[in-house]
Amino acid sequence: MQAFTTLTSIVTPLELSNVDTDQIIPKQFLKRIERTGYEDYLFFDWRQDPGFVLNNPAYGGSHILVAGKNFGCGSSREHAAWALEQYGFRCVIAPSFADIFYSNAGKNGILAITLSEAEVERLLLQAKTADGYRLTVSLESNTIEDESGFATSFQIDPFRRDCLLQGLDDIGLTLRHAALLSAYEQKHDTENWLLARA
Amino acid sequence: MSQAKTLFEKVWEQHIVAEPAGEPTILYIDLQLVHEVTSPQAFEGLRLAGRRVARADRTLATVDHNVPTDKDRIHIKDPIAAKQIEALRKNCAEFGVELFDVNSVDQGIVHMIGPELGATKPGMTIVCGDSHTSTHGAFGALAFGIGTSEVEHVLATQTLPQSRPKTFRIAVEGELPHGVTAKDIVLGIIGRIGTDGATGYAIEFAGSAIRALSMEGRMTICNMSIEAGARAGMIAPDETTFAYLEGRRFAPKDADWERAKQEWRKLPTDEGAAFDRELLIPAHELTPYVTWGTSPGMVVGVTDVVPDPSLGETEADRNGLARALEYMDLRAGTPIEEITIDRVFIGSCTNARIEDLRAAAKVLAGYQVHANVRGMVVPGSQQVKAQAEREGLDHVFREAGFDWREPGCSMCLGMNPDILQPGERCASTSNRNFEGRQGKGGRTHLVSPAMAAAAAVMGRFTDIRTWQYRTASREAEVLA
Ligand code: SF4
Repeated sequence: MQAFTTLTSIVTPLELSNVDTDQIIPKQFLKRIERTGYEDYLFFDWRQDPGFVLNNPAYGGSHILVAGKNFGCGSSREHAAWALEQYGFRCVIAPSFADIFYSNAGKNGILAITLSEAEVERLLLQAKTADGYRLTVSLESNTIEDESGFATSFQIDPFRRDCLLQGLDDIGLTLRHAALLSAYEQKHDTENWLLARA
Repeated sequence: MSQAKTLFEKVWEQHIVAEPAGEPTILYIDLQLVHEVTSPQAFEGLRLAGRRVARADRTLATVDHNVPTDKDRIHIKDPIAAKQIEALRKNCAEFGVELFDVNSVDQGIVHMIGPELGATKPGMTIVCGDSHTSTHGAFGALAFGIGTSEVEHVLATQTLPQSRPKTFRIAVEGELPHGVTAKDIVLGIIGRIGTDGATGYAIEFAGSAIRALSMEGRMTICNMSIEAGARAGMIAPDETTFAYLEGRRFAPKDADWERAKQEWRKLPTDEGAAFDRELLIPAHELTPYVTWGTSPGMVVGVTDVVPDPSLGETEADRNGLARALEYMDLRAGTPIEEITIDRVFIGSCTNARIEDLRAAAKVLAGYQVHANVRGMVVPGSQQVKAQAEREGLDHVFREAGFDWREPGCSMCLGMNPDILQPGERCASTSNRNFEGRQGKGGRTHLVSPAMAAAAAVMGRFTDIRTWQYRTASREAEVLA
């Protein structure tokens, strides 16, 4: 996983609440067995509309997406995080995120930042109206700043922050507890009602 | 004495492997269910890292999302879908995972087969790379959907790092009004708290109306807890749970069964245990519901009208509501009962269990599907299909003009050939009405099985509470 430290980028405004993962990556692309090559399918149906924000050249090369509340709701498909990351989005800012998406984002080096509704509305407005509106997001200092004096800080779980800063792989982290796991398993396996096949 | 605990806390605490300081809890996973869509990249990850499946005996797989639902479905015409299913077969063979393939008598939607096989049991932790894993919570299991990296993590270690969700008790008290079903309970809850109303919480559904439900109804409710954003939905196990599980293939037998029941009886929330949040819903306030928009929270009673988007709180909300109306081609103020439909889908892991099919068939008996409507029934599993055929329900559906198909996810998400055409409007017993969910440009209205069947006959939504049941055929008499 790619580490996340500091990022400065143009901001793409997606002024919609409840953007679901069916929209982020429509089902027809879930049949692939590969883990790469999803960038062209990000928001595939919405991109058919020439007016859709990703089709606006003003936001070309953007790495930061700002959206309405409950971003990433619906299906657990990690393809949504793959598509965002492979398209180039390393940071998504919204008033709230759906749980599974939030976790998938972190595992793919995407920093998902929760800000207040008011702050997000402000960022959306700026990104829509100010030409080339840019933000600098620093995970090292937990801050977001623009170039005209707006600055705020954000909260993030310290463990998740560490993993992102260092680009750590979860399985490796868990296997540090192998001894505890085998002791647990030995005892747990004797409880027959908790076996998959009793 | 130890302090009073909730059902969630008991299951969570029994599965803690490690609690490293400042890090998420390492939680033991009793059962992982696997299907073709979210697993190929996980198995590939194992292979690349030279890892094995840690506990193949705690892993079960089936094919459901992609499989066609016609008779000749062994030969999948879509080459990409065929490749994905082939990949699952190879992965299961290579890693020693039991697969309920398309020709198995136990094949079905992943959230149907766990309970049917008795693999889903109270007190377990269960995961699957599918958000509707919450279904299994109906048995008093802690069950939740995960992403593909997490699928790989569980395959490799049989554990998952998890931060502890908060607890949320939703009590539905009293007797359900006539015509109001489990589906309406959960749609009513989502309508009240919103699609992000339970984000960060594990819900426990409680109260007399929940306890009175069958396992089928409880599964419908827990299934859709994810549509309220919840990490999981749970219902305390009781005699109804035990009666459902007894004798099933992977359920404990004989002395083990008695022992298991003893343990399961310790699981329900203790008197006086505290929840982070509580909500009480009087059952008599619930009605049959119909979603009008493109999110399950966009829902109103069948006798209501399509709401006005200007009532949204923020600009992003108002945009979302207006966009939903436009996508659904509806106008604010239109009575729900005036909305005409083209298709009816009875299926999905929300409402394709035997009881759902019985409810729909009871409505359809002696009626014909409206001339403008195409109806389709996709039983959730081979076991349900066989049971329905033993009861003659397939005849009732066929006589009414419905298409009777093979089990799978089908038009719940339209990854197989069963899809809506652009502009088609569907009354569906599934769980998501997102844009394009059932086919690009398709419009989905979520309803209960009985409401879907009644809409099929009328060609528009209608209030099931006033339905005139007929018993025209012999099968229908048996049902009534
Ligand atoms: S029936 Fe629908 S919701 Fe259920 S597992 Fe299949 S696609 Fe998902």
